Amino acid sequence: MREEIILTGIIVEESTFFTLEELSHASGKPHEWIVALVEEGVIEPVVNRRQDWLFQGYCLRRVRIIQRLESDLGLNLPGAALALQLLDEVETLRNRIAVLER
Amino acid sequence: MEYKDYYKIISSKRDASQEDIKRSYRKLARKYHPDISSENNAEGKFKDLAEAYEVLKDPKKRAAYDRLDPNLKSGQEFHTPPNWDSASEFNSDQFSDINSADFSDFFSGLFGQRGRREGSNQSGQFNVRGQDSHAKAWIDLEDAFYGANRRINLQTQNLDNHGKVQTKNRSLNIKIPKGIKDGQQIRLAGQGQQGVGHGGNGDLYLQIHFNAHSFYRAEERDLHIQLPVAPWEVVLGAIVKLTTPSGVVDLKIPAGSNSGNKLRLKGRGIPGDPAGDIYVTLSVSVPPATSEKAKALFKEMAAELVFNPRASMEG
Repeated sequence: MREEIILTGIIVEESTFFTLEELSHASGKPHEWIVALVEEGVIEPVVNRRQDWLFQGYCLRRVRIIQRLESDLGLNLPGAALALQLLDEVETLRNRIAVLER
Repeated sequence: MEYKDYYKIISSKRDASQEDIKRSYRKLARKYHPDISSENNAEGKFKDLAEAYEVLKDPKKRAAYDRLDPNLKSGQEFHTPPNWDSASEFNSDQFSDINSADFSDFFSGLFGQRGRREGSNQSGQFNVRGQDSHAKAWIDLEDAFYGANRRINLQTQNLDNHGKVQTKNRSLNIKIPKGIKDGQQIRLAGQGQQGVGHGGNGDLYLQIHFNAHSFYRAEERDLHIQLPVAPWEVVLGAIVKLTTPSGVVDLKIPAGSNSGNKLRLKGRGIPGDPAGDIYVTLSVSVPPATSEKAKALFKEMAAELVFNPRASMEG
């Protein structure tokens, strides 16, 4: 029997930084769309100069949620950004409730 | 393949107007969107919903769907009618850009498969890197403590030599790194969609979620547990056994504790740098007084102890 290959990856949120290009590729959206997210304050680059922009790994998840909210629910960017912020709060509250209800 | 009743899925009548269909879709989409909903199987429901809307929002596809036998029920065995010509009527350009949904065999049988996006908007280039793929995997909390290998099954779409989309099932064995947190993503280089020419493959992002645990709830690397304790354990203090994902520990309950008090077991949470903690919330459980002796003990307490649990409510 063929020996099976076990794939090893890296945890994006721990050790990855994305360039604008990489974030755009990972989300399948154009650069300008990512730039709009930065301007809206949804994600923040760690390096401020536009040509050196680097984003922490957790930004990918935020970008993907915004992308889905826009395409699936027809939200515009400010609306999706607000929804994301509320979702963060809801998640914290759901976690607390789950602990209390045990 | 199984028939899908798109009107039922989208909670609309067969004669509903396009506006009604859109309104109903939006309402249900907000309810079942996997990023929003906490309902079980929201993801599955949303996929069905997105698929139904993809068909019903487009008058051409809707008209084609309406030609099928209206008496068919969801889940019933279905074969594409022999005179059905999906390929010429619905080519991949007519599909919207929906990322959260991979459509069913029923949909593909009727309307063909969706093409890959980069093929259409980057035509003319010979070297295009493959698209990045995204998938989810569920693991047990214990896997985050020790690391684990998990097999995941993926559907990938590739263009064949004739430019037709082929759906392939692929199975990968993946190492889940120790210390991973709920919601984090693992990036697997080169495991995404196939590139064109020398473009190289895209990457696969695998989002990890924890299965619900019987006792613990994870928040970042910390674990929370509600621990039932006897009244005398909190009053007099005690050492109790606590089963944690990394083994059984002796938990010291200090004398004079109370229900709702939190104890922290430093570094006993999910491993990492720094490791998480375990937070134990004490929950006093009162023994039922089923015997005369037990009742006598409670009566004695009532008589002997000066205690008003509602003191803070009195002005």
